[in-house]
Amino acid sequence: MPDTPAIELVNVSRRFLSPDGHAFSTLKDFTLTVKRGEFVALVGPTGCGKSTTLNLITGLGHPSSGQVRVFGKPVSGIDPRIGFTFQADALFPWRNVLDNVVAGPLFRGRPKAESYDKARDWLARVGLTAFERHYPHQLSGGMRKRVALAQTFINNPEILLMDEPFSALDVQTRVLMHEELLQLWSETGAAVVFVTHDLEEAIALADTVYVLTARPATVKSVHPIDIPRPRVISEVRYEEHFIAISRRIWADLKQEVQMSTLAAA
Amino acid sequence: MNSVAVDDSDFVYAPGTSDAEIEAAAMEAALRHRRLVIGWRLGILVVLLGLWEVAARTGVIDAFFYSYPTAIAARLWELILEGTDEASLWYHLWLTMEEAIIGFVAGSALGILAGVALGRNKLAADICAPYIKTLNAIPRVVLAPIFILLLGFGLWSKVALAFIMVFFVVFSNAFQGVREADRAMIANAQILGARPWAVTTAVIIPSAMSWIFASLHISFSFAIVGAIVGEFVGARYGIGFLIQEARGVHDTAAMYAAIVLIVVVVLTAEWVMTRIENRLARWRPPVQGH
Repeated sequence: MPDTPAIELVNVSRRFLSPDGHAFSTLKDFTLTVKRGEFVALVGPTGCGKSTTLNLITGLGHPSSGQVRVFGKPVSGIDPRIGFTFQADALFPWRNVLDNVVAGPLFRGRPKAESYDKARDWLARVGLTAFERHYPHQLSGGMRKRVALAQTFINNPEILLMDEPFSALDVQTRVLMHEELLQLWSETGAAVVFVTHDLEEAIALADTVYVLTARPATVKSVHPIDIPRPRVISEVRYEEHFIAISRRIWADLKQEVQMSTLAAA
Repeated sequence: MNSVAVDDSDFVYAPGTSDAEIEAAAMEAALRHRRLVIGWRLGILVVLLGLWEVAARTGVIDAFFYSYPTAIAARLWELILEGTDEASLWYHLWLTMEEAIIGFVAGSALGILAGVALGRNKLAADICAPYIKTLNAIPRVVLAPIFILLLGFGLWSKVALAFIMVFFVVFSNAFQGVREADRAMIANAQILGARPWAVTTAVIIPSAMSWIFASLHISFSFAIVGAIVGEFVGARYGIGFLIQEARGVHDTAAMYAAIVLIVVVVLTAEWVMTRIENRLARWRPPVQGH
């Protein structure tokens, strides 16, 4: 069934218990469909439940109600077709770069020699061949993100979930990483859900931008981004069309950001 | 990226501030600091030992109880050459070491095992918590007479005491280390394909390792304490026995000599452990100020 969507969330709600035992909702009536090969970005105010959505898709979290389906099947446990890039540094600091990248195939029981060949190949693709014996603490933030990308892509994920992966990087490095990501993604054709609070990042990367409401999060509006690919990230944001889209979505997002700021105050 | 070659040759530094000069000056300053520190350390040692010696010889302190450095050194030399009536000094020392090492190895191995197992299993940890707290509240040395009764005057009663001294320290550090393992890192391993056992070996144990090592450092000296206390209570050989014997004949110099010996052993063990840790922890960023 090549036309089943990669990811479907249907009327999903997710409640948590606060430390003092009270229930609160982070997601409410959340509906989202990601087609195969589609690049979706979720933007919304900080702390609105964007990361919760990703956890539901990985199977690390379970919906309180509603359905989460991956390639048409309800999620039960961690799907091996999923890759995940974290906001925080999730590399293993006691392993060198090569051993970090090779982790996935070895965890999955692939033969050693084949796994290491593949890992070297991915290190070459992200331009880190010369650093394979370095430990993560010896690398810059951008290089660590490249290792994380290689570590994720080596498993050939058909679904790629990214939780504000570049938010800790400086602006110049971030743009370089965007181009790197689009390059790798265009070669694999994975479906991507990219969570961010940076609207320009979302527009520059995605086919479709979902604006989420303040907590409990639900989908406020959906914006197809018709900027042609391949995109040159460092220049695309100065095009008039980009600015027009940006202005339109920001009008939507602004209200939610203001609401969540008021709620926090 | 465009880079423009900078021609250094016609760049004029203020006098005494060229790269080579400031590098040399920094090296010189570091060396001076190091010499100063070592000089002061030696100076303080000589002054303290000298004061002790003089005070004892002039009768300010009672040489019978406090002895003095040259007497202790002479007695230590004598012990090294002649040993005691029961055995050579090396035999005593080796026996104490044997008790401490067996207790240390067994105690830390089981401590790590139990800490990781309970750290990974919240239900079991919650059930065991009050028992562990209670057992941990028993001052370890009160068990010495019981172990002697149970296991006799030989090696194993001291091993048991050394073991129990080490076990709880390592256990609670391993447990804590497991609990502190980074959630994102665990999730990352799981999504990359790690099964629970692989999560334990590839993420949990390495990240608990610095906690575990911190406890291993102190627990070797605990193991020595266990062995010596056991020997105080009842033994035929060992450093603890040697000290007891010396007390019986008011040979204070021998008692201090035995202490010196044990201090040297513990410091050596500490040094070896640091070397092993540095080798295992090469991935860690260098600590400032070491």
